Amino acid sequence: MLPNKAGLFISTESEIHNHYKHQASTMQLEKFYYDNKIVKMFAYATILWGVVGMLAGLLAAVQIYLPAANFNMPYTTFGRVRPVHTNAVIFAFVGNGIFMGVYYSLQRLCKARMFNDALSRIHFWGWQSIIVAAAITLLLGYTTGKEYAELEWPIDIAITLVWVAFGINMFGTIIKRRESHLYVAIWFYIATWVTVAMLHIVNSFEIPFSAFKSYSWYAGVQDALVQWWYGHNAVAFFLTTPYLGIMYYFMPKAANRPVYSYRLSIIHFWALIFIYIWAGPHHLLYTALPDWAQSLGTVFSIMLIAPSWGGMLNGLFTLRGAWDKVREEPVLKFMVVAVTCYGMATFEGPMLSLKSFNAITHFTDWTVAHVHIGALGWNGFLTFGMLYWLLPRMFNTPLYSKKLANNHFWIGTIGIVLYAIPMYWAGFTQALMWKQFTPEGQLKFQFLETVTHIIPMYVTRSIGGTLYLIGALIMVYNLWKTVAAGKLIENEYAEAPALPKVLETHGKQHWHRWIESRPIQMLVFSLIAVAIGGVLELVPTFLVKSNIPTIAAVKPYTPLELQGRDIYIREGCYLCHSQMVRPFRDEVARYGEYSKAGEFVYDHPFQWGSKRTGPDLARVGGKYPDSWHYNHMLEPQSMSPGSIMPSYTWLFDNPLDTAITPAKIRAMQTLGVPYEKGYDQLANADLMQQATTIANGLKKEKLNVAPNMEIVALIAYLQRIGTDIKAEKKIVAQLP
Amino acid sequence: MSVIIVLLLASIGVASLFLAAFLWSVKSGQYDDEQSPPLRMLFDATLPDPLEVSASRENDATK
Repeated sequence: MLPNKAGLFISTESEIHNHYKHQASTMQLEKFYYDNKIVKMFAYATILWGVVGMLAGLLAAVQIYLPAANFNMPYTTFGRVRPVHTNAVIFAFVGNGIFMGVYYSLQRLCKARMFNDALSRIHFWGWQSIIVAAAITLLLGYTTGKEYAELEWPIDIAITLVWVAFGINMFGTIIKRRESHLYVAIWFYIATWVTVAMLHIVNSFEIPFSAFKSYSWYAGVQDALVQWWYGHNAVAFFLTTPYLGIMYYFMPKAANRPVYSYRLSIIHFWALIFIYIWAGPHHLLYTALPDWAQSLGTVFSIMLIAPSWGGMLNGLFTLRGAWDKVREEPVLKFMVVAVTCYGMATFEGPMLSLKSFNAITHFTDWTVAHVHIGALGWNGFLTFGMLYWLLPRMFNTPLYSKKLANNHFWIGTIGIVLYAIPMYWAGFTQALMWKQFTPEGQLKFQFLETVTHIIPMYVTRSIGGTLYLIGALIMVYNLWKTVAAGKLIENEYAEAPALPKVLETHGKQHWHRWIESRPIQMLVFSLIAVAIGGVLELVPTFLVKSNIPTIAAVKPYTPLELQGRDIYIREGCYLCHSQMVRPFRDEVARYGEYSKAGEFVYDHPFQWGSKRTGPDLARVGGKYPDSWHYNHMLEPQSMSPGSIMPSYTWLFDNPLDTAITPAKIRAMQTLGVPYEKGYDQLANADLMQQATTIANGLKKEKLNVAPNMEIVALIAYLQRIGTDIKAEKKIVAQLP
Repeated sequence: MSVIIVLLLASIGVASLFLAAFLWSVKSGQYDDEQSPPLRMLFDATLPDPLEVSASRENDATK
């Protein structure tokens, strides 16, 4: 055996190896090579997109207290930068991190090279092209308006194809493996692949009306349920299960200790995938979603503590008797904090799912703090730990500087603390201010006061984020020097006995073994296990009509309002403004009548939002004159002094694309919106008539605008939101 | 739309069977080897590539 330049655990590894070789000597040893080059490619992509994603996050964070940091350009305004940030961090940074971890560990756990090198390359370049296309289209304003699923239909199709390539490559490797047992990490990878495929396809049902735009197949409450079923499980099966697989591989490897309890890992896996899929409705507590679905989401969310903490403890206890190594080894430091953050986030999640607690935290920055404990702590730090462990090994050289890695660790940790604490504080403060009444029974604070009050917290948050980014840049330098000092072992030599054609059985087999050695059955069972939760929640909402009472006064949008709504979606208004008045005293006092399920039946997609950086807009229609909206969109501070909303000047220069109106109407008709037959040809005449009325009204207030400008359409939409239900009251009042 | 619902209901049927089988197997407590898999995954030391080893020997010989 050649001396290992990394110099880690050399004695134990060679001893084990000799033992293993002795055992294997009775069988024919097959010689093969692991593909390290593809792992390196994914590692570099992880680092690159990580930095890009963090930069986008920082830009968005600064704009919260400095709206002018949008450079007065649509492409760099919060509503478009925020989806770029979330998509880059989730699908580009963590996504490539998943593939890096899977491609490294799967080959070794299966004792086989990846199934097909060409598929590996297609997977890699396909995924990077998707990321680039995503960034460009999002900045151009092409978005579905559904959080974490913003990418439009051509990219959705590309994602499906690349995901299938990844699946074939992964299952191909599993099938041609030389190790009969499927280690726990592989189950997590399989569940990830299956569930993400299902989530992505179901949530991406949409009807295209142009080359880059589509409408969600579902409307209103149904769209909200499908979206948050997706959104929650994207967290579960993209940010959690693959990283748990990574934890179960890389943590024992880095500590050179077996996992604390293998039985616990089996229970952890099955319990987690069974329960996770049910918890989605906890994102919609106190909304117009049927109450039974909300309660179901809450119950399963609380049950999630058990498997989540089982997994966390299994990870931490793996270090039993090895805590001295944590002191020495930055890789383990990162992993320990990552797993601890996982534990914190998965305790907090169920707490946030309690209705009484959710009533305070929802729509506030608490949510932002919560996801960043997961993103910065769990995903970020586990990725950093993996990179620091992997790259020196693959380049056959020690890490350039442990000291720099330790500095990265501490700067990053302080960054997380400085990010999260101000956001918790801001969320709690703002929620209490929203709910504060004077002794006379009036709302104590204007919405804007509750925003300006927490601006210092926003500033501190961006400092925390900057520190985290600095830490990542230190890592880039450290890994750069490491890579420069070593040489990549592109194809790493390995040998293992072939998998026997007929697996030996000794007496009564363990029940789970039957599944473990059969990846296809495993795939099918995982799919069934996760489908059951989704199906039981979705089907009744589609079938049971009483869940969505229809309101006679609710009518489809006019063509101009529909166009305005698409501008609202394009500019990402939903990222700061909700359209959901919850049935609380303060919200009804502040915004108006609470939202009803029947109000959203023509909303493809729904726009309920999840965060109120600005006030709710569910009842904004008719609240202000057209001229107020005109001035407010042009210069928000002129109407609301101290507002942190950016100016949307381009809406005053861009003419509305009316050529697309008929296609939009036809798409809506396909989705069941009751426009009259042939209305697509009449729509633009109605559109111009309504636009002219609005423009004439503005002219009376000395605001000159051509009726064919985008701002007119947006005003039309804003004035429509939540007004139909008022007509209902008039109908009732007229009755004898 | 109704086709989706039919497919979904069929899945519930299969899923219930799976759930029953899963619960049965857990209750019957058929756990066995939980010792060797977590240990075996630690055993993959980097081996010298025989091709590179022979190549370097040849290089040494020519020197």
